[in-house]
Amino acid sequence: MHRGKGMKFVGDSRVKANNRMVNMPKDYSEYPGKTEAFWPDFLLKEWMVGAVFLIGYLLLTVAHPSPLEGPADPTNASYIPLPDWYFLFLYQLLKYTYASGPYNVIGAIIMPGLAIGALMLMPFLDKGPERRPSKRPLPTVFMLLSLAAMIFLTWESVVNHDWEAAKAQGEIKEQVDIEIDETAEGFLIFSGEQGKSCIACHGADMQGGGAAPALVGNELTAEEVAEVIKNGRGAMPAGQFAGTDEELQVLAEFIASLKAEE
Amino acid sequence: MLNKIYDWVDERLDITPIWRDIADHEVPEHVNPAHHFSAFVYCFGGLTFFITVIQILSGMFLTMYYVPDVENAWKSVYYLQNEVAFGEIVRGMHHWGASLVIVMMFLHTLRVFFTGSYKKPRELNWIVGVLIFCVMLGLGFTGYLLPWDMKALFATKVGIEIAASVPFIGELIKILLAGDATIIGAQTLTRFFAIHVFFLPAALFALLAAHFIMIRRQGISGPL
Repeated sequence: MHRGKGMKFVGDSRVKANNRMVNMPKDYSEYPGKTEAFWPDFLLKEWMVGAVFLIGYLLLTVAHPSPLEGPADPTNASYIPLPDWYFLFLYQLLKYTYASGPYNVIGAIIMPGLAIGALMLMPFLDKGPERRPSKRPLPTVFMLLSLAAMIFLTWESVVNHDWEAAKAQGEIKEQVDIEIDETAEGFLIFSGEQGKSCIACHGADMQGGGAAPALVGNELTAEEVAEVIKNGRGAMPAGQFAGTDEELQVLAEFIASLKAEE
Repeated sequence: MLNKIYDWVDERLDITPIWRDIADHEVPEHVNPAHHFSAFVYCFGGLTFFITVIQILSGMFLTMYYVPDVENAWKSVYYLQNEVAFGEIVRGMHHWGASLVIVMMFLHTLRVFFTGSYKKPRELNWIVGVLIFCVMLGLGFTGYLLPWDMKALFATKVGIEIAASVPFIGELIKILLAGDATIIGAQTLTRFFAIHVFFLPAALFALLAAHFIMIRRQGISGPL
């Protein structure tokens, strides 16, 4: 700045009227090797790498839709939690005796804290001028050991997880919304004296409950329904229906008619 | 025409030095995969930034549909996934991008580590890089809760329990994150949403700016 010269008054722009820089690229011929300019030469190559990467990324996205489990239900006490895959090694670490329970602080705080702290302070722990990994064995070995530990823990976590159960426990349960004709003969039998033990488990709205599945939206034929009512299935005992065989037939046909619309 | 517009702006703001500084920096031979194929390891940092940009864009589109509230969060994600045109793609890119950005950042960290590029005079940039790593993990952790499905809720419960096991201040961290000493619910969801969408991205932008300004200042580390 020319000590006020070139500025007419306070508030005038600091951009001077002349001596502006010419918009010309540098001459790279004097740089060592095959050095080139970032714009546009190198950016174009980077862009090609990015495009190839983007194709793989989009193929992954299209081939594997992102997962969504059923809505969060805090009352479910049996759910086995699992973090996202890049936290699995930490999760696995907390399963070992000296990293969990009374030693939880070791596994949850001290070990990850030391690892992040050491990583952060790396330039001050490894101060020598050598850059080649082979010339600085300690940092190299420590990093390779940490890598091996992370891979091993992630592997252990994956093979010890019950993926079948995890898939089942997270499934989205379809809420079937079917109009029930409450004047139908079948419904009168269901809600009447003969069907007392039906209602006890399957509910007056036929949506099921803790002990029994929903009756609406079932996938059975009338014969199969009658079979289940007579002989029971799963947790359902046989011979619960108190009515006559004709009533059973009507009830079975009614329940079999409660299908979700295709 | 474009030249005239450029000259008009340049006459007033002197933008040429800024533009030349951004565009006209040297890319040495040893980091250029066009000359040495093994130099592809120098692409990981750029790819991390590329995915970060995709994460920001896809995230902005996700917030057009997402509702951070226990009643509607899951429903809005379900709707986005199954009803909205290309919603599955937008959510898919954000979901897979979150994993890929961790992978690429990890590879970038390993490249910097094994080429010894963190050594003097680049210590500060290394520290900023590790902080970016922590912010990214924080984004992954907070984003995992937002769909409000079963795995989100229970993974977050575990995560918050781990945070609560920090000596002395664990309980405070837990209340700060969850919004309550015992419940993981509506408060937790809105807090995680705010942290995921405002606090951590703000920190990320500041750190990225520092990271890039330092790279431009120091240039890329020389060949081994």
